[in-house]
This record gives sequence, C-alpha cells and structure tokens, in this order.
Amino acid sequence: MGKATRAAFGDALHRIGSTHPRVVVLDADLASSVGTKKFADAFPQRFFELGIAEGNMVGIAAGMALGGLTPFVASFACFLTGRFEQIRMSIGYNNAGVRVVGTHCGIGIGEDGYSQMGLEDIALMRSLPNMVVIQPGDAVEAEKATEFLADYVGGPAYLRLTRQALDDVNGAGYRFEFGKAVELRQGQDLEIVASGGVLAEALKAAEKLSKEGISAGVLNLHTIKPIDAEALQKAASRTGRILTVEDHGVAGGIGGAVVEALSEMRGVAIRIHGVHSYGESGTGSQLYAKHALDAAGIARVASDFLRSDARHCGGAA
Amino acid sequence: MTSVEQLREIARELRIESLRMIHAAGSGHPGGSLSAAEIVACLYFRILRYQVGRPDDPSRDRFVMSKGHAVPVLYAALAKAGCIAREELKTLRRIDSRLQGHPDHVRLPYIEAATGSLGQGLSVAVGMALAERLDSKNNYRTYCLLGDGELQAGQVWEAAMAAGKFGVGRLTAVVDYNKVQLDGHVRTVMDLEPLAAKFEAFGWNAVQVDGHSVEALLDAFAACEAEAGKPGVIIAHTVKGKGVSFMEDTHAWHGKAPNGEELERALAELEAA
Repeated sequence: MGKATRAAFGDALHRIGSTHPRVVVLDADLASSVGTKKFADAFPQRFFELGIAEGNMVGIAAGMALGGLTPFVASFACFLTGRFEQIRMSIGYNNAGVRVVGTHCGIGIGEDGYSQMGLEDIALMRSLPNMVVIQPGDAVEAEKATEFLADYVGGPAYLRLTRQALDDVNGAGYRFEFGKAVELRQGQDLEIVASGGVLAEALKAAEKLSKEGISAGVLNLHTIKPIDAEALQKAASRTGRILTVEDHGVAGGIGGAVVEALSEMRGVAIRIHGVHSYGESGTGSQLYAKHALDAAGIARVASDFLRSDARHCGGAA
Repeated sequence: MTSVEQLREIARELRIESLRMIHAAGSGHPGGSLSAAEIVACLYFRILRYQVGRPDDPSRDRFVMSKGHAVPVLYAALAKAGCIAREELKTLRRIDSRLQGHPDHVRLPYIEAATGSLGQGLSVAVGMALAERLDSKNNYRTYCLLGDGELQAGQVWEAAMAAGKFGVGRLTAVVDYNKVQLDGHVRTVMDLEPLAAKFEAFGWNAVQVDGHSVEALLDAFAACEAEAGKPGVIIAHTVKGKGVSFMEDTHAWHGKAPNGEELERALAELEAA
C-alpha cells in the first residue's frame, strides 16, 4: 500500500516551497489533515491560516493570484465546493491562477460519513469554463501533478485528492503529462476509464475479468479537464464499450465528462458507474464493497455491462 | 493635483454620465452609482496611483469595487480619466462590450476584480494587499468600495477578521453607507449598527464622514493611510440616488433605468446644482 494522495501532495508542496518563492498556501484549520502542515512549518511567511472561513479563504487566494502570487488553497473538497459561488466569481470569472485542492474525496474517506465526503466536486469544478481538473490515482502521480501545478500559468485549477492510502499504480520514473490519459492496460471487450481512489481497483478488476475470459483495458484519466478525447475515441473504437468508474456522484463526474467527449461518436455503449446515493459511515473498504467500487464490484458491473450490451445488440460479447 | 473644487465638479459629471449610460442601456443601477460619485471621484482623481494606458503596471494601486452593481460610476471615471474612450460608455450592457453589467476583470483590464456577487470584494482586496506585502517591491495600496447592504454577508466579516489578524496596513475600505438596499431601508432589512464599532472590534481603524464632502473624504483617506499596520475603513454616510430629487433615499431607483423624460428631469437637476 502506498501513500494517500493528500500526503504526497503535502510532500511535493513542501519541496516546491524552496524553489518557488511565489507559492503561498492558505488554510482553513485543516493543515494537518490536508497535508499542508509541512509547508506551514518550513515557510511560515507564506502560509496563511484563515480559520474556518473557506469562502474568505477562496476570495483572499483570488486576490493573491491577481497580485502575482501562486496560491494553493486546500481543504476537504466538500467544504470548498460549499463555497462554489466564491470559486466561480472570485477565482473562475477572474481567471485567477489559484490551485484549489480538494482532499477527502469520495466515499473512500470512510467513517466520518457523508458530511465530510467530496462527492459533487468534479461536477461543479468542471462546469467552470477555464477550470482545469486533475485527479491523481496514486502517490507518485499526486506529487507530479502538484509539481505541474506549481508552474501552471493557464488560470484556475482543481486537484482532487484522497484521504485513504492508495496502491501504487505508476512506477517511480513516472512522467505526468497534463491532459494525456494513460493507457495502463489494453483490452478488446471494454475499456474501463477511471482515476483517483478507484484506479488501482479498476486494474485489479481488469485482472479478475481476464480470468473470466473478458479482455478489459484500463485508461487512467488523471486529467479530467481538459479531457483526452483522442485517447477515449481510440479506446471506444477498439472496444465499442466504455465503463467509467469513479468515487464521485454519478451526475456530472468523470462519466458525464466522457459521455460529453464521445457524444458525436456512433456505436459506442457507455456505462457510468459511481456513487448513486449520499454517502454514509463505514470503513473505506466496506463502502467500496457496498457501492461496488472495489475490484470485485467493478468486475461485476463490467460483466453485467457486457451481458446487457450483448443482449441489446443481439451479438456475442 | 486635482483641486477640491474640481473633484466636486467631476463627481457631478460622473453622476450625469452614469445616468446617461444607464438610460442608453435601458437597465442598470442608478441609486448606488449616484451615492458613490464623490468617493469614486476622490479615488480616481486624487488618491489612486495609476497610469493611463498601463493597466498592468505592477506598482499601480488596486481598487476593487465590491458593490459591482454601481459600476456605471466607475466606467464614467475611467472614461473621464482617459483609460477608456467616452464613446465606449454607450456600449454599457450591450453584446460584446467590455462594459459588462457588472465589472469584468478579463474583458476590461482596468477592472481589478470581477464583482457583482455581493460580499466577496473585501476578501479579494485583502488577498491583493497580502500579495503586496509579500512582494513589497511593488509598493501599492489596495482600496475596496463596499455597499452597505453587502455588509450583511458573513464573508465581509470573515475578511475583516482576517485583515485585522494579519494587520494589513496598506488597505483602505470605503463603505458607501447610503442606507437603502433593493428591498428597502438597510435598518429594516437587516440593521448594521453599530457599524464603526464592528470594524474596530476586528482591529480596524474606522473613520466616519459625510460621503458627499470631498474635503472630508480626502481627510479620511489621509487618516487611514497614516495608520501603519492596521486596515482602515471609511464609513461614508451618503444618500442613495444623491443629486436627483426623485431618486434620493428610495429603493425604487436601486435597479431601474430612467426613461427619456426622467433622464431629462434628472440631468436638469444635476446641471443646475
């Protein structure tokens, strides 16, 4: 088991601090939870504790970006999306180069339950025309994505992180390419498109499926926006079936983004798999099992998808 | 330097231009533009350091108009100063115009921050002031104009608390305290008093003035700037719709454009003043 992406983000941010004097970090009483504590200790002049006032934190970050700094605001994703009005006006509409970092995403956070779970953040963030959305699937990808964002000059960006530790998917020499989906596994029967907390599970599910005679590809969609339409189209034409898997609400998340990207493509069946309800308490793994987001669940959803699609088309799976 | 007499005259011109613009657009917010005319005149023709033609100059003073609906008076000031062409004022609220119904930072470079969703501007201004402090070679001051109604938004007080905590000295906020908001008088919608005490409690230096007195406003700006290491707020007591008898102190003209006949009556009063 590797590190949580929030911890990897914190380590990268701490490293970036010494090479990027314009990087500042804003906090709303969660530094030790979101991973910014190391930066706070090392660079107290560039760390701003705003207290439990996320809307103001977002606004101050926007002003700092307009004043030439590179602010990272980090909090639980749900508390940031709760201030979506400030994000859309003060950051988005101003094209202010703020890095909005939402941690504790998805039901994977476990016992704290729905009130602390970011389940709507992808939908909201990607709805802003200039907001970039990145979701790393393991620690090394989170570090590389953080490094990328320290130098990104294109406007606002959203980084989606997990509370829970994730299995390593990418090797140590991994190169993060902004906007380029990574084909982790090639398949002929369907393509599983995933990122974040469920990525390693998707890979394990593909492994499981292969034992059942089903050839599933896995595409790591770490950059959800701008979306890699080319990679998606390629996978869709090869397999004819796309299964999107995400630890996020099914409305407006990765599934929605993929459907939008493939909306003009003919002959592709798409199934969106994610969280269908408000979250709840339980351990992360119990919740992944209950909501079919663990390897077994994803594999089950995939074979069901293949069966139903085969029936519908009247052909063989 | 622009004299007090000239500033008074400029405020009158800004009122006239604001009403002409809003009339031409067929919609807009006259009440809050008229109340803020002296404040904006003082800022753009005496207080703010900026260079026409160089909206991106890193050392320019920053001004955030948090009460974004009053942007006509700001566009009028930008035209009077030569930052935009006077002709452009006719494009207010028209398709493809840089003069959006509420301030747009991306379309119009002289606008420091998009506003119009009330309650957010002071946070942005605090962020700008903190950025200046970290990068003080630019040595700018940040100003923020707030409406009284928007002080009902909790975020304003979050920002006030943060500015006090960080001792943001090079920040001056002005409250255009015209006592009227869309639904009626501020004191009946949601009273703000004691207003100065609220800011003071958050560590601000608060000065109360007649917001239509150019001399009083200039003194207040000087007083706020003299106070080092402390944010300053000028509570400017103003009259909504100031200068047009039938628009004064009423919420009826918060967000309504005058028709041709009303415009003529208003302009006659302003020109005779």
